[in-house]
Amino acid sequence: MAKKKPSLNIPDAPYRPGDEASFETWPWQPGDLEMPDPKKCSSEDTVPHAVGLVRVLGEDNKASGEWNPELDADELRQGLEHMVRLRIFDDRMMKMQRTGKLSFYMRSFGEECVAIAQTMALETQDWIFPTYRQPGAQFVRGRDMVSMICHCIGNVEDNIKGRQMPVHYSYRDGRFISVSSPVGTQFSQAVGVAMASQYKGLDEVTITWIGDGASAEGDYHYALNFASVYKAPVILNVVNNQWAISTHANFATGEGEFASRGLPYGLASIRVDGNDFLALYSVTKWARKRAAAGVGATHIEVLTYRAGAHSSSDDPSRYRPSDEHTKWPGGDPVERLRDHLIEIGEWSEERHTELEERIDKEVMSAYKEAVSHGDLATGPYPSSDTIFTEVYQEMPWHLEEQFNEMKEESDG
Amino acid sequence: MVNMNMIQSLNNALDIMLENDDEVIVFGEDIGYFGGVFRTTDGLQAKHGEHRVFDSPLSEGGILSAAFGMGLNGLRPVVEIQFADYIFPAYDQIVNELAKIRHRSGGEYWSPVTVRTPAGGGIRGGHHHSQSPESQFTHTPGLKVVYCSTPYNAKGLLISAVESNDPVIFFEPKRCYRGPFYGDPHNVPTWEGHPEAEVPEAHYTVPLGEARLAMEGDECTVISWGTMVHVCEQAIKDIGVSCDLIDLQTLVPWDREAVVKSIEKTGRCVIVHEAPKTSGFGAEMAASIQERCFYHLESPIERVTGWDTPFPHTTEWDYMPGPSRIAAAIHRTQVG
Repeated sequence: MAKKKPSLNIPDAPYRPGDEASFETWPWQPGDLEMPDPKKCSSEDTVPHAVGLVRVLGEDNKASGEWNPELDADELRQGLEHMVRLRIFDDRMMKMQRTGKLSFYMRSFGEECVAIAQTMALETQDWIFPTYRQPGAQFVRGRDMVSMICHCIGNVEDNIKGRQMPVHYSYRDGRFISVSSPVGTQFSQAVGVAMASQYKGLDEVTITWIGDGASAEGDYHYALNFASVYKAPVILNVVNNQWAISTHANFATGEGEFASRGLPYGLASIRVDGNDFLALYSVTKWARKRAAAGVGATHIEVLTYRAGAHSSSDDPSRYRPSDEHTKWPGGDPVERLRDHLIEIGEWSEERHTELEERIDKEVMSAYKEAVSHGDLATGPYPSSDTIFTEVYQEMPWHLEEQFNEMKEESDG
Repeated sequence: MVNMNMIQSLNNALDIMLENDDEVIVFGEDIGYFGGVFRTTDGLQAKHGEHRVFDSPLSEGGILSAAFGMGLNGLRPVVEIQFADYIFPAYDQIVNELAKIRHRSGGEYWSPVTVRTPAGGGIRGGHHHSQSPESQFTHTPGLKVVYCSTPYNAKGLLISAVESNDPVIFFEPKRCYRGPFYGDPHNVPTWEGHPEAEVPEAHYTVPLGEARLAMEGDECTVISWGTMVHVCEQAIKDIGVSCDLIDLQTLVPWDREAVVKSIEKTGRCVIVHEAPKTSGFGAEMAASIQERCFYHLESPIERVTGWDTPFPHTTEWDYMPGPSRIAAAIHRTQVG
């Protein structure tokens, strides 16, 4: 057989270490897109939203357009506070990891807005089915920070008993469902959660997220299809943060587009600026109305940038320019909401500094209380009994036998 | 001979196979430009070209089905599943497709895919970065299953796997990538100076189906694979019983002859693996051993395994078999 030159199409990332990152300016502006009636519009009516970008906050830090949710200043300050809290919390946790007090950590840096704005747009009875990049939803749902740190350490006060890696939170009181490491699995499971709410006739909506990278998993496609077939009250978010560890979004789809992949499934599909608190809040609110009305699911691409490393085990300087995140057209979500509040006369640099100082103290105090229950370096750890409990509702004989063997071994 | 850690020896094996055979291609998540989350494919894309070593979408099912098709059409794909815990979206493709194609097509088609995957615990990875799912594959006719344990056998076994015309699931004990593990998390040796880390730079093979006698003795036969081989070595030293330590290396087809020969000598046997006990590969071995060696056995066959529970995060040292549990089992075979 005659050999031709190898011609496999292998995509690349736009910029690699040593390159000067220079993203094109976005052509989309606040006010470009109308807000269709969420209870009446068809999937086709959202084509402009899927190929465009819903924005509310402009370069001038002002809010405009039909998608402006018209939040009052208290709500905006609340959102800002949660985002600042998450950022400071993440930094403290990363320091703990570096000093051996945690085994591992994952920050939400650059994506703080995502879970916070979206959870604020929901009702308290709605279900949250997160990935490891949406811990911020727990702040919105009122979770105690000490309890979150204890989980990350895996100490005796960890509500999941040291069984999972850090950041794999579970918080039933906040309807925040247990995080799993295998990427993508939650996306299609969330449709089932929503179908159960629908079956029970309850006014509950389920929100879930998946990364751009994980949208290559089968679970993503199962989710879109089931959501479409059963018109499940679910909000399906693809967080396109450009990177899945070292894998650029160019490897997740050959089209370079995420939002519009919902259209052929018959789902309302919207791309939204993921660093624009107001736009994200508004789109989520819209999707909730649509879901609650029984019209069906909304597929949302949350366009953002993973400003930090994938995790404490990752070194992004090996595969992308170190300053790439500073060139992102969407800017920084915390700064943008802060600047908007200042622009409308509801905030100031001084108040922002005071907020940061207050939260820094809050985090330090929570950190001290959490490590008083043990840290990874020194313990105490959860009892080894927890290896055997809750594997089944009741312990079968073979586990009981092994449990006793372990106890005898540790006593001997 | 060069001292290599297991990452380097695996990298070297892939390098040689890419060099020797145009049909070999390597792909998986993060393995191209970045060189893999464990650095196993570091430098291979730059050296051999991006059409031979490349990143894939995050899609284990997609990776395996594409590899299956490539193998069907004359290539020899070596794919990486980033953690063995993440292999299950590909399970259908492996179990129902890859493993069966030669048989179901009457020998008209086959697909010589090698699936490399880091497995096992000891890295504080919790249940989704620690499992050792070898028996999920030993129970599947049509697959060869390999579990390496040292830099030397990692390279030789990987070359054999890639050269095999049958599909191979190749488990790499990630805890031993940068050094052997003797059961003490505070003792972190490197492969520096270890005799099994002296690796020839050229092509060589460790044949599939042959076990390695890691220690020689006559009072007990200890059988293990992966990380646990080193933990067994520690246990045997601690208890001071003269043992054959058999590093199985290949689980399917396993070296029954070597095991039988050893047990005929020692009359006693301890099988050690990280994976849970129930339906673990130790169960298969114990059953086969009693069929072949019943009249040579002086005491019941012992199994020391992970518990039949999910793999924990903070309490992982209470889960993984340690030297003391293994030594106690060796002791029981002596007094039994």
